[in-house]
Amino acid sequence: MRRYDALKEITEILTDELVVCNLGDPSRELYNIKDRLENFYMMGSMGLSSSIAFGLAISQPKRKIWCIDGDGSILMNLGSLSTIANNAPSNLTLIIIDNGSYGSTGDQMTYTRRKTKLEIIAQGAGFESISVIENKTEISPILKKLGWGCHLVLIKTMPGSEQVENIPLLPEEIKKRFMDLILK
Amino acid sequence: MSVDLKLYETIKNTGINLLLSVPCIMLKNLLELINEKNEIEHIQVTREEEGVGIAAGAYLGGKLPAILMQNSGLGNSINAIKSLLELYKIPVIFIMSHRGAEGEKIIAQMPMGQITIDLLKLLTIKTYILNSPGKIKDIIKAVDKAKKTKKPIAIILKRTLWGS
Repeated sequence: MRRYDALKEITEILTDELVVCNLGDPSRELYNIKDRLENFYMMGSMGLSSSIAFGLAISQPKRKIWCIDGDGSILMNLGSLSTIANNAPSNLTLIIIDNGSYGSTGDQMTYTRRKTKLEIIAQGAGFESISVIENKTEISPILKKLGWGCHLVLIKTMPGSEQVENIPLLPEEIKKRFMDLILK
Repeated sequence: MSVDLKLYETIKNTGINLLLSVPCIMLKNLLELINEKNEIEHIQVTREEEGVGIAAGAYLGGKLPAILMQNSGLGNSINAIKSLLELYKIPVIFIMSHRGAEGEKIIAQMPMGQITIDLLKLLTIKTYILNSPGKIKDIIKAVDKAKKTKKPIAIILKRTLWGS
């Protein structure tokens, strides 16, 4: 399984969840699989997708928030795991697609390909619900079962990105349609 | 009314309804007040850049967020200020204590402290300097400016604000 396959599985079970997606290839892939008004695509500020999703979760407690993050990005902002786990909003699922590589910059390895185990870091940060998925067929049943709560889902995949087009939306358009949908 | 209470009341009256903080000794009393009063949602974060991300997400969800931090945290936040807040036009209010300036006793604070105002200028962040209690009301102007321009703004708390 590559990240693209995982994103397809995730997209198929999305209903009205708000999604914050990590920058670069993950956002481009998600956009090309299925664009939704409920998706916020990051275009810069690498490392901050879990933080943006957490901010959204505490401001919109009645909506479910899914964050699609990556191993390279979460390694840039590990403190975020402590903040999220200690405040534990009941509407946040942090999905980390761990492909052991910096996929958008040429597939250089991240340390999760060597000794680093994100599920153990997450446990140490205080997460109480941690799921590790290695098989594509587990994605749908596990995500469907989780529901409300503060969850961390680690999906381990192979490196590699799908060749897809850039997102044709301007950052302001991404923001506007997302906020219009939430605050209508 | 004490300076810290006046700061607190003014912040509250602007409609700021989420405070994200990284502690600073100059902010100690203000942070204690915020926790005691428990009227504005307050979340301690681990790094200022993380606070920028949380503030951006909270703004998308309808909040008016501010970040309380030391000016050293400005350095930790620059990429997020530009490639998140400026890129998407998200207003976030930075309330920063200014270490490494007049009356500083810790030499390590000086290099960052001395460039802070120039750095804000370079970042094109409109900055309001509170150097006496009479200036606290400028917080209202600053928050209005952020909301109107949809840009981050900075409020600098100088040591002289507390009269020392």
